[in-house]
Amino acid sequence: MSDPARNHIGGLFVIGATHHKVPIAVRERLSLTPEAADALRAELARLEGLSEFAVLSTCNRIEFYGVATHAEAATRVQEAFCRRQQFAREEFEQFRLRLHDAHAVRHLLEVASGLDSQMLGETEIFGQVKEAYAAAQANGHTGAVLNRFFQKAFQAAKHVRTHTAITEGQVSVANVAVDLAQKIFGQLAETRILLLGAGEIGEKTAKAFQSRGAGSLTVASRRLERAMDLATALGASAMPFEQREARLPEFDVVVCATSAPGTVVQTPAVAAAMHRRPARPLFFIDLALPRDVDAAVADLENVFVYNLDDLAKIAEENRAAREAELVKCHALLVERADALWKNLASRLPALTAEP
Amino acid sequence: MLAGLTDRSWLWIAAACYLAGWVSGLVSILRGTRQSGPAINAFIFAGYIFQLVGLGLRGHAVRGCPLGNEFELYQFTAWSAITLYFVVGVTFRSSMLGFFTSSLAAVLTTVALAIPAWDATRRAGIFGGNPWIELHAALALFSYGVFALLALTSVMTLLRHHSLKSKRLGGWFSFLPSIIDLDHISVRLLWTGVILMTAALAMGANYWLRNTSLVHLPKLLVTVSVWAAYATMLGLRVRGLLISKRFAWACATMFGLALLSLWPVNKNHEPVTPPPAAQP
Repeated sequence: MSDPARNHIGGLFVIGATHHKVPIAVRERLSLTPEAADALRAELARLEGLSEFAVLSTCNRIEFYGVATHAEAATRVQEAFCRRQQFAREEFEQFRLRLHDAHAVRHLLEVASGLDSQMLGETEIFGQVKEAYAAAQANGHTGAVLNRFFQKAFQAAKHVRTHTAITEGQVSVANVAVDLAQKIFGQLAETRILLLGAGEIGEKTAKAFQSRGAGSLTVASRRLERAMDLATALGASAMPFEQREARLPEFDVVVCATSAPGTVVQTPAVAAAMHRRPARPLFFIDLALPRDVDAAVADLENVFVYNLDDLAKIAEENRAAREAELVKCHALLVERADALWKNLASRLPALTAEP
Repeated sequence: MLAGLTDRSWLWIAAACYLAGWVSGLVSILRGTRQSGPAINAFIFAGYIFQLVGLGLRGHAVRGCPLGNEFELYQFTAWSAITLYFVVGVTFRSSMLGFFTSSLAAVLTTVALAIPAWDATRRAGIFGGNPWIELHAALALFSYGVFALLALTSVMTLLRHHSLKSKRLGGWFSFLPSIIDLDHISVRLLWTGVILMTAALAMGANYWLRNTSLVHLPKLLVTVSVWAAYATMLGLRVRGLLISKRFAWACATMFGLALLSLWPVNKNHEPVTPPPAAQP
């Protein structure tokens, strides 16, 4: 009995570049604007020897999944991309990712599952792969092979997420902080957040809270104009830094990220705030160095204080836990990838090497 | 074959189901997974049905609500707590409340079954043929079931506080609901329990005022004390004077005392008779 895959070696491919080998400065040059992506898709649609394709473009990867009817199809895709991005072919090939057939199948399954992501187990990539597939399908760039390929990849990714702990626990400090707030307050829609300091880490944490449905956000910075600028950017409100302790009872979560040389939240002020709102917990996320929150605040009842070290430790533990799940994830995916490749191989068109 | 089982046999099966639910949850926790929720609920539901059959047989035999000795009181309290769990359990994430509830039900039912003296005799004619007194007793015991669930949510609150303060958030601590969610459900349970017990006492008081000699004074004092303690806790909680961990400690401790109170509550003037013959 003949193996159908033998007649189509190289027919299914992925070509591109990912964060594994490409530094961010180069990824910026490889990044496709929406307009460039549309133009490139139109060009690829006319490419000889390419019967189906999909473009996955994220901040960490640019990948072209294709079904070839010509042995040089993948190379032609690469040339079209490099030409459009004005990127030297030789430079691209230094860090290029190029996989065929069963290896390409396994790669997409790993990508969709978040196993190939910079932040292991993240789930945003799943949506990005879905968008890439939807765009290709809407433009008529997919067919019998890629349709099945992507749909099975989504099923496999869901299977991995459901049957392993690869997505459990947050691995960034900002998201760990939001997770902790949810352990205290549950849904964050009613939670009032005060951000002290208008620096980058505070902003990131505020955004993480907003992305998880936080109700209201107020920014206070020693320079009021900076607080107002950030508040405008975040759709929040601003308040004078001097009012931070007096208005403490109004807030549930206080993200402290100032560059002050000493503490800016003192124990008596927190005790007074808790006296006015005894039943509702108060959560301090102290991201500052030196710390913004007086150490004795943590001893108050119903008050929780987590500093940068605490959050980093939790993030690291979560990362380690995810890595420990990798073996299980790969075992699940290999089985599915092999079965999928056998199925896809029978659908691939015959390859030609003629010009 | 099942038709030949005695009430105690059904109750043993129910206790085994609750125990199985607890074991299922424990295994899940030790493995660090969250997939035992349906299994725990299935065991709890099965236990609930078997317990209902057992209590139903006992009730049929004694021609009334089976509340005539410590064995029946503990069984009824556990059954009430499970009933409440089916109402409030769905609002909790994962299987933690199910795990705790199956643990409590397993302990209450097994202890009641394992102490033969608790079911050696039972008070006869405790309701005096008065359906209002029967309802009074059932409501009072049902409020104990509510307080049992309140004790569980309070223990979960204490564990959640401990995990957040000690910064140990992994393992099974990660399955606990949030402090605010636990607080909301605890306050609602306290309101429910106090309202039920108030209604029960109001019915009982109406009877007692007309038949003062028939009610044992220690029973009256203990019951009113339990009610007053929970009502005071509710008042303090509403005024913000008993909150957070102190509220949780009070609820958990008070339920322990309430359970102990079942012993004097069970002592009254009614004549003591053997329980119904162990037959279906």
